[in-house]
Amino acid sequence: MTLDPTRRDPRAPAPLARAGEAAGGLAPGNRAYWRSLEQLAATPEFRSFVEREFPRHASEWHDVSGRRNFLKLMAASLALAGATGCVREPAETIVPYVRSPEQAVPGKPLFFATATTLGGYARGVLVESHMGRPTKIEGNGEHPASRGATDAFAQASILSLYDPDRSQTVMFRGRIDTWDRFLTTLAAELPGLVNRQGKGLHLLTGTVTSPTLADQIQRLLGRFPAAEWHQYEPLGPDNIRAGARLAFDSDVDMLYHFDRARVVLSLDADFLAGMHGSLRYARDFMQTRREAAHKPGAGAPMNRLYVVEPTPSLTGAMADHRLPLSGGRIESMARAVAARLGVEGFDGAGEAAEGVWDRWLAAVAEDLSGQRGAGLILAGEGQPPGVHAVAHAINGALGNVGRTVEYIEPVEARPRDQRASLADLVRRMRSSEVELLVILGGNPVYTAPADLEFADNLSRVRLCIHLSDYYDETSFLSHWHIPAAHELESWSDARAHDGTATILQPLIAPLYGGKTAHEVVAALSGEAQRTSFEIVEQHWQERLESQEPGAAWRKALHDGIVPGTAAEVRQVQWSPASGTMDDALREDQAGDGEPVEIVFRRDPTIFDGRFANNGWLQELPKPLTKLCWDNAALISQATAQRLGVANEDVVELHVGKHTVDAPVWIMPGQADDTVTVPLGYGRWRTGRVGEGLGFNGYAIRVSDQPWTARGRLKKTRRRYPLVTTQDHWSMEGRDLVRVAAWDQYERQAGHRQPNGDAGGGDAGGGPAAQAGHGPAAHGGHEPVSLYPEYPYEGNAWGMVIDQTACIGCNACVVACQAENNIPIVGKEQVGRGREMHWLRIDRYYEGEGDDVAGLLGNPQTFFQPMLCMHCEKAPCEVVCPVAATVHDHEGLNEMIYNRCVGTRYCSNNCPYKVRRFNYLQYVDEKTEVLKLLRNPDVTVRSRGVMEKCTYCVQRISAARIDAKKENRAIRDGEVVTACQAACPTQAIVFGNINDGTSRVRALKELPLNYALLDELGTQPRTTYLARLVNRHPRLGAAPIAGAQRGERDQEGERTGT
Amino acid sequence: MAQLFHPSTNTFSKATIFGGVFILAALAWLWSVGIRSPYATGVDVVRDQPVPFSHDHHVRGLGIDCRYCHTSVEKSAFAGMPASEVCMGCHSQIWADSPLLAPVRESFRTGRPLAWTRVHDLPDFVYFNHGIHVAKGIGCESCHGRVDQMPLMRKAASLHMEWCLDCHRQPQTFVRPLDQIYHFGGQPHADGDDLVRQFGIKKEQLSDCWICHR
Repeated sequence: MTLDPTRRDPRAPAPLARAGEAAGGLAPGNRAYWRSLEQLAATPEFRSFVEREFPRHASEWHDVSGRRNFLKLMAASLALAGATGCVREPAETIVPYVRSPEQAVPGKPLFFATATTLGGYARGVLVESHMGRPTKIEGNGEHPASRGATDAFAQASILSLYDPDRSQTVMFRGRIDTWDRFLTTLAAELPGLVNRQGKGLHLLTGTVTSPTLADQIQRLLGRFPAAEWHQYEPLGPDNIRAGARLAFDSDVDMLYHFDRARVVLSLDADFLAGMHGSLRYARDFMQTRREAAHKPGAGAPMNRLYVVEPTPSLTGAMADHRLPLSGGRIESMARAVAARLGVEGFDGAGEAAEGVWDRWLAAVAEDLSGQRGAGLILAGEGQPPGVHAVAHAINGALGNVGRTVEYIEPVEARPRDQRASLADLVRRMRSSEVELLVILGGNPVYTAPADLEFADNLSRVRLCIHLSDYYDETSFLSHWHIPAAHELESWSDARAHDGTATILQPLIAPLYGGKTAHEVVAALSGEAQRTSFEIVEQHWQERLESQEPGAAWRKALHDGIVPGTAAEVRQVQWSPASGTMDDALREDQAGDGEPVEIVFRRDPTIFDGRFANNGWLQELPKPLTKLCWDNAALISQATAQRLGVANEDVVELHVGKHTVDAPVWIMPGQADDTVTVPLGYGRWRTGRVGEGLGFNGYAIRVSDQPWTARGRLKKTRRRYPLVTTQDHWSMEGRDLVRVAAWDQYERQAGHRQPNGDAGGGDAGGGPAAQAGHGPAAHGGHEPVSLYPEYPYEGNAWGMVIDQTACIGCNACVVACQAENNIPIVGKEQVGRGREMHWLRIDRYYEGEGDDVAGLLGNPQTFFQPMLCMHCEKAPCEVVCPVAATVHDHEGLNEMIYNRCVGTRYCSNNCPYKVRRFNYLQYVDEKTEVLKLLRNPDVTVRSRGVMEKCTYCVQRISAARIDAKKENRAIRDGEVVTACQAACPTQAIVFGNINDGTSRVRALKELPLNYALLDELGTQPRTTYLARLVNRHPRLGAAPIAGAQRGERDQEGERTGT
Repeated sequence: MAQLFHPSTNTFSKATIFGGVFILAALAWLWSVGIRSPYATGVDVVRDQPVPFSHDHHVRGLGIDCRYCHTSVEKSAFAGMPASEVCMGCHSQIWADSPLLAPVRESFRTGRPLAWTRVHDLPDFVYFNHGIHVAKGIGCESCHGRVDQMPLMRKAASLHMEWCLDCHRQPQTFVRPLDQIYHFGGQPHADGDDLVRQFGIKKEQLSDCWICHR
């Protein structure tokens, strides 16, 4: 409860900035220190000290405790054991404001609207700020790309903000330098540039959607007409753009409306989790499913999802029908679909179809042609432009355009073929044409295609300036390195996938004296004195019309969106230049004849490598493999057998002359002879957390085969240990995830609707029995218990998790981590099963065949978020010798850290394995800056204490206090848990199950509702809705084991009485 | 071989064995007294402060309401400490040159906040909320004592968990009407049970662990 109001004002001097960094506004008193630091900075000794201090030793953790050491430590511990309790609490101080800021109530958080970006595109967020320090990110309900949800990256960006490894100083040729000196250097360059009309000046940025930055760069290019602006995003949408150009001969973006789609065919497009706008798309897609599932018999339509993909994605995991197909064959598959649908120009195109294929294609074609105007075909960024063009053609032919897909003006400031743009830059670098290269963000030395040899060519640049948040691979090879301000510390703006602009406002002054791209471009334009606030504010003040000055600007800041900035819809004409279609389809054929296909994908948790130093994302299990702290080359079971390799075997991957060593991981559902390489690992300069993990996929990514390459795979005799979280939390062999077929469910539930009379009068044996709340609800199978029932008069908290809607995206896991001060433990400890996540997502597979190949070839994937069930009859409570875990009057299973002595009996007795124990001191209590990160409403646990999900009791408490002050009951929806708030598909619903009108109660009364391990009589408060699968009648003939199970249960209920 | 111990040592050892029980009991008693002593709890101990602020003078002498300075006591967990500008609201006119107030003027001039020593310091795993207590009839006096008679601030209660539970188990003996919250020296209210009902206080819930710990 330490309050430190000095950190409240975002524009106040950053309290943690070291004296050396605030070069511009250096207080006179600090000058002596500064000078000495500068002198020190010049010496090689200091340089080596700086270099060595963090990276080399900090990441190592030698766990060698010899006998002698052990005895010494034990003796010391014994001697001090009695004394630890007698330490007097150190005196604390209260530091009030000097002048109270408006709105701030000490002890209450404020929320500010801003945005976080990924690949240039904005997702609107609200940032929780406790007395001026941002601690948690929530989605902005009014923002079109968020609608209140966030993804794991946005949640974890708060950790990146405080990352002590972020670059903290300006560097020149590897030595600490100052921003002022940088400006002097730049000023010296400018006259020459002006004389040459800017020739030799090259800018390299990522994808730019920021209207202000685009405007600044345009003006800069106006001043220096011969200068060049290059853009490169390693996971950029080049193919999508090229596909649109191929089809329409102009640059357009696609905006999908999944809420209007009844049939979706995804050609390797991970629209639920891997596209700009995914949060919105996932929400829209699941909206239809939820509405249908929650009102069975009401005639609400259910959508159906077909996915064709080479490597399993989250979208593939949610598919009703999924077909693993190597990346190179998807184009012919797409053309075959077009041919079957009779799309003009595709007669008889595509691969000849037989057997399963034929049935599959027939079903897809039937569904799509039956749902004209409500179908949707989309292709992923990893597919060549031709596939995109085919998708556009089919959408056009079926009348989907304008309904499920709209074409809009490009959101990017300047759409370009980025691969060509980077190649052009490298060509000029090679010929020494580049005098001044300014890299604004990005890390091309690491991410550029291997064949461009970016690093080697960088040495031919006369002066290279790199703005980045870490002193990374590119910074190391650049002349000047400028630390970048984090998005939560800078003024900027960005646009969402539909074009809506958001003004980014800082939550805190730059902790490490970072600069923004706006400031660097301003400096290039000779306006070094302008701050990013002035630049951004001026840009928008000129464009926003308002009654009174500044009102529109303030409203845009407050709302987190600038009204009227959504991109305009474009009417486009299908106009493929003759002949280009076939050419396009023949692209990506380089390297033909190589035995395996290598597909490159973003890493599900660290993206393109930019989050490599983020511990939360490193320890976040990858949704499908459940690996943490590493990437692995994913191959199918059949391929592994053929090659004779097993998990953790190291193989050499070759693409052309490029090669990399990678450990192998067998991935169920992977297309045969296809190797998936997740990018983003193998960093060698980023920080303590991210260096030296995994292998570098960029090392074998070449510019003519950026997504799908042909290559070779060679066995080695080495092994590399990988850690995964699913093995040691396995609950195999039990009836955990239940699945129901949509048509059966609708038929049965429709009959049951009028008060369940189809159930033969067992009204009590319905869903409430499974929900396990309230003694009256137990009806048919009354659980037998030795323990008395608790009466609940007021609130009785409960949760429902909808497995139909859960896409396994991990947003909830990181949201929980951020909200509840959950530490990370590192690879070695995860290997021992000691990860601390209160909320984990279990992933289960169900195969379609009997043999191994059938089981692992193309299984159905299920996700099941697992958190403390808050059992009514909690097995953990009765075994605790010190009553550290007890029941409260609202049915919560309380965990009292200050009572816990760490016997771990509770964990041993928990059938759900959701309790976590602090085996070591995992929370970093020494790094000062990380203290700012912690949620002040949640205790920071130390070593030897058990912990688990609390249903976000701090949020319940806050709502209860608010309600009690107003003498009213807590309203439904007033308590939103962190996981629920983050969920893009609203799969998690929390509330009072005693309230007959609450959402959670309504869901618990659905026939889909069931409790996990119900037979144990624990009566969990968290229950699940069975997963609904909407199979095509002719393809769905193959029985799903789970579906039968679900059906059997319902039958059992009906006949059981 | 001669006896090592004289027979009289039997008496000594018997006394030690039986006396041990009493010694242990005495130690336990000493410990229980010890942890409740002002030495351990800090009750009635005056802490050094940057300014020797007198609640006695400001509350009893001048009749300033608690909320004039502790502004967020009704809204937030934290009662709030006055910003330097609040002090200067009066002290730019009254005692404007007093040397005792130099730190306040210094703070106001330089923008560097005052750092008060915390008098009521709960452990970090306790989440006390002022707002709900004053909204449900717990007066300042119930925990902070006769602040209006304290020339220098000191703790009036141990803030031990048993002390919290005294009230959490029997709120009816401590609640007062809402117009008496910020008054000192009043008598306990006769109809505590009525008030508990009126405020909607759920007594059984008040001793749930997660009311205070989380």
